[in-house]
Amino acid sequence: MTGVDAAVKNSQRFSFKFHKTISKTLNYLLLIIIALFFLFPVVFMFMSSIKNNETQIIRDMSSISAFIPYGELGLKNYFDVFKQMPFGRFMFNSVFIVGSTVLAGLLLNSMIAYALARLRFKGRGLILSFIIALMIIPTEAVVIPLLLMVNRIGWLDSYQVQIVPFIVDAFSIFLFYQFFVGLPKSLDEAAKIDGASPFKIYWKIIVPLSKPAFATVAILQFLVRWGDFLWPLMVTRGYEYRPLPVAIQQFFSQDPKVWGDIFAFASMITIPSLVIFLLFQKWFIRSVASSGIKG
Amino acid sequence: MISESAISNTKSLKKNGSSLQKRETFAAWSFCALPLFFLLLFLVTPFIIAFIISFTDQRLIPNPNLPTQFIALRNFLRLFSSTSFRQALLNTFVFAVVVVPLQTFLALLLAVLVNQKLRFINLFRTIYFSPVVTTMVVVSIIWYFLYNPGEGLINQMISFISFGKLGPYNWLNDTSLALPAIMVLSIWQGVGFQMVIYLAGLQSIPDELYEAGRVDGANVWQQFRYITIPQLRNTTIFVIISTTILAFKLFTQVWVMTKGGPQGAAKTIIVLLYEEGFKMLRVGYASGIGVMFFLIVLAVSLIQRIYLKEERAVI
Repeated sequence: MTGVDAAVKNSQRFSFKFHKTISKTLNYLLLIIIALFFLFPVVFMFMSSIKNNETQIIRDMSSISAFIPYGELGLKNYFDVFKQMPFGRFMFNSVFIVGSTVLAGLLLNSMIAYALARLRFKGRGLILSFIIALMIIPTEAVVIPLLLMVNRIGWLDSYQVQIVPFIVDAFSIFLFYQFFVGLPKSLDEAAKIDGASPFKIYWKIIVPLSKPAFATVAILQFLVRWGDFLWPLMVTRGYEYRPLPVAIQQFFSQDPKVWGDIFAFASMITIPSLVIFLLFQKWFIRSVASSGIKG
Repeated sequence: MISESAISNTKSLKKNGSSLQKRETFAAWSFCALPLFFLLLFLVTPFIIAFIISFTDQRLIPNPNLPTQFIALRNFLRLFSSTSFRQALLNTFVFAVVVVPLQTFLALLLAVLVNQKLRFINLFRTIYFSPVVTTMVVVSIIWYFLYNPGEGLINQMISFISFGKLGPYNWLNDTSLALPAIMVLSIWQGVGFQMVIYLAGLQSIPDELYEAGRVDGANVWQQFRYITIPQLRNTTIFVIISTTILAFKLFTQVWVMTKGGPQGAAKTIIVLLYEEGFKMLRVGYASGIGVMFFLIVLAVSLIQRIYLKEERAVI
């Protein structure tokens, strides 16, 4: 009797374990298949970029061999890109434009958010609702008149036309504001009694305590600005001030298309942002997650 | 010592209360001045100009012989009677109607998948999110190659799966396939973003709710249906609204891959705005498109407000 009981129990335990293993395996299988779906285009790009032979790239594109590094491999396509155009210039333009927009934005957006969140003054409520209302206006709705304006003041084809209009951003102000409001009031009360000026409180107390907010705004703004396409397409003419997305689009739309070179160019754009992402991935995920908690 | 100085400080505080308040007001306005100036100059001003010049025949490079004229609603009348605007509107709506629910659903599905406590789960989160940091122009170029009409990888995969019965398709040159093809890569690039937002939502649901559910005998599906989904209501509204607005902004991938073609099959509101304002230099007309675009986005946002208010009233 007891023996049978034990046997039944044992087999139940075994089948339970067995089921668990199966479901775990299926789980991983599903996760891996989805991962392949998200990875294959980028792997495809990278593998094609290191194949020196253009006919091989075309031949490989219809089969699994597109993902396999074989044949004549090397950096020929990368050198070709540098020979045909000032890639370094494009890279510098993008880094400079995005870097200065994001950095200046961190300062200005956090300063106004600090005033709105922690200082008492007449007009505070009005400014706050004004900024929340501005969050609704998409850049796309104002690009045409903005183009008219910058054309009048002779800003076309310059760095400032790609930087200055986008430094202050209502959504960034809002994110800072939400974070600053959550900090304990006692912090600046104590400093105030000691006679610290509002700027000193902002710089010495609020900024050091708000690193997560700064990281969030920096990353979200980086993602938006780095991929920006419509505005630079309208305001840049020559090579001088052209950022990477516009540069590769122009290169791509020239016929005949040399796919090895195009993929080398695309890889050189993608690898830096992927590396930055991998280095700061925790912050990226956190930033995106916190962008959703609002209202 | 300390208490003495504290007392004298409070005394001086009371004495100088109004001057301190003045100092604070002055500081606050000096913090606000520059950002407000930027917002007024680069957002509010062009926004007002957009409304004004949408009632004129303003051109980007003014013709000295033809001064800009006030033409009342003629831009808007022309917009509504223009087939290309109607087509752009329709394409953009179709894109939003398909992509928004699909992307939201897939984002939730992925979030549930990567919310499991498994080894290497962080690796999968990273991989699923990685297209988000890949620039849209680059994504469009890669997929352009994958969609190659004859021997492209997508055609080969479809042919392989269907045992050669389906395809090859002329994806980006086929009026009925160009927009769906662009939808696929848009979802591929964007879904990781919403997945992370959902993941944060899932992790903020208190465990006690699930425990209570299990005590009441709810199975996994019932727990998902009656605990997870209602708890994610606000997250879902946020995801839907932000994805909708993004969908209405559709431009980059279309411009890189087909320039709005074939025969306008992938033309969107912003593509039309760019063509009219920048290529044709019809700034007044293009501003009219911009105004229409703003009104659509505004309507979507207002719907969001209404839903969120209802939610608050219920709780």
